[in-house]
Amino acid sequence: MAHIQVPEGMPGIVGPLAFSPDTARPLLELAEVLLRGPNTLSSAEREMIAAHVSYRNDCDFCQLSHSAAAAAHLNGNFELVEQIKVNPESADVSDKLKALVKIAGKVQQGGKQVSAGDVSLAREHGATDKEIHDTVLIAAAFCMYNRYVDGLATWQPREPEAYREMGEQLAHQGYRLRESPKAAQA
Amino acid sequence: MAHIALTEGLPGIRGPMVFSPETTKPLCELVQVLLSGPHSLTPAEREMIATYVSSENDCYYCQHCHGSTAAQHLGGSEKEYEFVAAMKRDFESTALSPKMKALLNIAGKVQKGGKQVTTADVERARLQGATDKEIHDTVLIAAAFCMFNRYVDGLATWQPHDPDVYREIGQHTARLGYVGRDYKKPLESIAAKKGSPIGKVTGS
Repeated sequence: MAHIQVPEGMPGIVGPLAFSPDTARPLLELAEVLLRGPNTLSSAEREMIAAHVSYRNDCDFCQLSHSAAAAAHLNGNFELVEQIKVNPESADVSDKLKALVKIAGKVQQGGKQVSAGDVSLAREHGATDKEIHDTVLIAAAFCMYNRYVDGLATWQPREPEAYREMGEQLAHQGYRLRESPKAAQA
Repeated sequence: MAHIALTEGLPGIRGPMVFSPETTKPLCELVQVLLSGPHSLTPAEREMIATYVSSENDCYYCQHCHGSTAAQHLGGSEKEYEFVAAMKRDFESTALSPKMKALLNIAGKVQKGGKQVTTADVERARLQGATDKEIHDTVLIAAAFCMFNRYVDGLATWQPHDPDVYREIGQHTARLGYVGRDYKKPLESIAAKKGSPIGKVTGS
């Protein structure tokens, strides 16, 4: 049972978001900008960074939902997402993404763990300042979301299948709260 | 030197904030609601939760900014700055309320990892009168500072150690909050001492 009374039947972060709409708005806006905003990194790449950090933080809801979102951007390639989460060095992705995922892994351990060498490696493989900035902030933000979800002991389904539909929605409709049709007309 | 090219003379998170306005907007809105908005916990109490977590994460800039803001909310004299320093070292032996101590205990668990928060930790807070909203907000403040601290340190931002800088930041923030501010504006405590033009971009 969750540590506080959140609406029943809402998995992971969805309960706390409904409990606290004032904080939900900026939390969702941040996720939208970081994972779906205009960027030289694809949404699939950014979702994989989020899934990797959430996997390292052992947060079931976040790692499964963002794995599903990444896979939805990759025509259902869950195998690649699994590689990036568990063993990014041998994953079939660009050297640039491998170097960025390495930086994200360091941020997960602590900000000071990111070395000049880690950043140089990413730069050698073509990463820009904005890509490095966004990688650090995505990793940092998931150290927040993961703690929010687990720190309140939310209900989290363990079966990856439970997240397929959510992954499609996150990938294609995004993170912002959907307004009711009436509000949209106003 | 920071890991990416940031505006010179802007300490801590201000460099990345100016670098990335589109992420700064939700980040400022979040911290405004969490620390400055209407609440049953005072701004000083919420700033102390942020300060404690930042201290546990060893982020110099964040713990001194928010520690100074907390001290300013409490009155702003040396006595209040010393109280905040004692709170960071060992909050259990301070004169804080039993409820605040129980909430700081939860925040410390969140800093280590979300799963570290136990039913007993939550029960302790509830017995001291903490509401669901206070427990929720404590968890989210602690989680958010695990983000802000990593953002500030993960980019190796410039973090001066001059107490005057943090006194100025604390005074501004206690009075003005977090939104609608011009974070590009140089701090007087930095401009006065450097005696050099501020605003040009340096870095890698």
